[in-house]
Amino acid sequence: METFLQQLINGISQGSAYALIALGYTMLYGVLRLINFAHSDVYMVGAFVGFVVANNPVVQSVFGSSILAAILVMLAAMVVCACLGMLIERFAYRPGRSPVRFVLAFWLGILGAGVGFMIRPVPAAALAGALGGVAIGVVAERFGVRPETRRSSLLKLLIIAIGVSLFLEYSGQLVFGADPKFFPQVIPGRPIAVGGLTIDSQRLVVLGVAIALMVLLTLLVHYTKTGKAMRAVSFNLDAARLMGINTDRIIAFTFALGSALAGAGGVLVSLMYPRIDPLMGVMPGLKAFVAAVLGGIGSISGAMVGGLIIGLAEVMAVGYGQSTYRDAIAFVILVLILLVKPTGVMGKGMVEKV
Amino acid sequence: MRWRLIFWPVLLLVLLGLELSLRGVVGAYWYNILALAGIDIILAVSLNLINGFTGQFSIGHAGFYAVGAYSCAAFNVYAGPAVRGTIAFLPAIAQNAILLIAGLGVAALVAGLAGLAVGIPSLRLRGDYLAIVTLGFGEIIRVMILNIDSVGGARGFTGIPRLSNFFWIYLFVAITIVTIYNLVNSSYGRAFMSIRDDEIAAEAMGVDTTRFKVMSFVISSMFAGIAGGLFAHYTAYLHPNTFQFVTSFQVIIMIVIGGLGSIEGAVLGAILVRVGLEAFRGFGDFRLVNFAILLVLVMIFRPQGLLGSWTLFRGRRKATA
Repeated sequence: METFLQQLINGISQGSAYALIALGYTMLYGVLRLINFAHSDVYMVGAFVGFVVANNPVVQSVFGSSILAAILVMLAAMVVCACLGMLIERFAYRPGRSPVRFVLAFWLGILGAGVGFMIRPVPAAALAGALGGVAIGVVAERFGVRPETRRSSLLKLLIIAIGVSLFLEYSGQLVFGADPKFFPQVIPGRPIAVGGLTIDSQRLVVLGVAIALMVLLTLLVHYTKTGKAMRAVSFNLDAARLMGINTDRIIAFTFALGSALAGAGGVLVSLMYPRIDPLMGVMPGLKAFVAAVLGGIGSISGAMVGGLIIGLAEVMAVGYGQSTYRDAIAFVILVLILLVKPTGVMGKGMVEKV
Repeated sequence: MRWRLIFWPVLLLVLLGLELSLRGVVGAYWYNILALAGIDIILAVSLNLINGFTGQFSIGHAGFYAVGAYSCAAFNVYAGPAVRGTIAFLPAIAQNAILLIAGLGVAALVAGLAGLAVGIPSLRLRGDYLAIVTLGFGEIIRVMILNIDSVGGARGFTGIPRLSNFFWIYLFVAITIVTIYNLVNSSYGRAFMSIRDDEIAAEAMGVDTTRFKVMSFVISSMFAGIAGGLFAHYTAYLHPNTFQFVTSFQVIIMIVIGGLGSIEGAVLGAILVRVGLEAFRGFGDFRLVNFAILLVLVMIFRPQGLLGSWTLFRGRRKATA
């Protein structure tokens, strides 16, 4: 019984981390009908931003290993990820819907920086390459090279998402190297005895922060004007636009919000499992997505429930012996639930129209 | 139609000539890349049948590839010696050929059955849900293989006889392309494409959509299985990590870059991705970043793929009745 309770607590804290990532998936799916595969890599970026900030000598000397340092790390990860999310939305997903300027310039700039750095590995060369790329992009746009916005399809967005995901992973490998890093212990782990159970203080912090963020999100979505607009966009994008909602801005905001949550998730999970590497997002991201689908994609409470189910199931499976099947459990649950109730546990059915 | 009579003999001779000379001309490294590109072509052309022609969205192709690879390898490791004993009177080259073809038959059969088992329940779902369930099945298959000890589990499967080579791979590339080409230009192909273009209208016109969806799924899985068998007997070593969902993504990238719903596009995409990534190996990790950027740019600026639905040969028109 004690083992069971112990596993239950571990499962809930694991599940709350999955839920944080799943929330991003579900919100983005809600507004854009897009499986944002890059979301799992935003989570990875969050962990690495936390890593860089926590290891920064200035931060270390000023804050040391205090609660303030932890908050700073968390905020930095969330802000950077929110910006990253908006950039991704602006230059990768939006060009598929509506005309956006400087798309070619943006990507060619990055490409040029890479090429410049490769020819001569100094910052100046990278800068020159980036400027060259931007120039080519701007000129090409002058001559009519425009994004193709007429053909918008599920597949196109999905491939763009995969492309962005690969881009973030490979860039991460380039910048940080492929070998795993050790995430600093900004919050020292201390076992706390409650009754007969021992709970790691880190897990409690993770659980607390995750719940706080989820409560904040729920308040935001249900009791603010922006939240109302988000719900309207996810209910019907075209109608929302007709009602005078600036849909592009709401979508960008949703990306920022979801990515900030993923960044927070990245820091929280790295506190529990301090091994981080550029591919760390792939599996948790996939499982979080499964959690979102499981709960009914597009539904915020569904994502939380789905995250908890996946986290609990996984921890229980590992705790009771079948650890080699760990990665399959999420998918088995997914397949079973979708075959019985194809819209997920809390999803609403959609009527098919001709 | 005289060229039909000479097509296969000429192809066999050309492939035989290439097999004997290619290693000397381009070196062992590029021989290897081209052989692997052939396996990619089979995967891409077969996945194109589901994603491009039937309009269903599968991202679990690596699962069937894995099933084919492991069943073919297991057949030849465990049953191979016995079979070889009964045909010992034949020359060694014929023995190898028979074993390879038998193994590929097993691979196609098992992968096709896996496709049937996965396809019947999941093809009730649509769009994103179908995509994620196929992805889920792909991962479930991989984790199951990881837990089967007789095929090596997490250690990887070693001791697989090296039976396939450039000749065999490209022979099956040709067989795959001809089969899929004839299939999509038949009445079955029209049924597939009608489902892609408008499922409800297809149903209203009397197309049994479920049956055709499952059929395209099974055929596609069979060819993925054959690709797996060829891969197993080419590299002589298998590891479950080769068959992660990233592999499925790679195949999708190939068909989307080339042009969805075009066989030539799938072939071009497979060659571009495999050979292109190798050609820029000197660029180190930058080439992968650049590849990702180019992928995004192609999708933003030319979402129909490089070839679109352009095709080299127009399908034979049926004589009007």
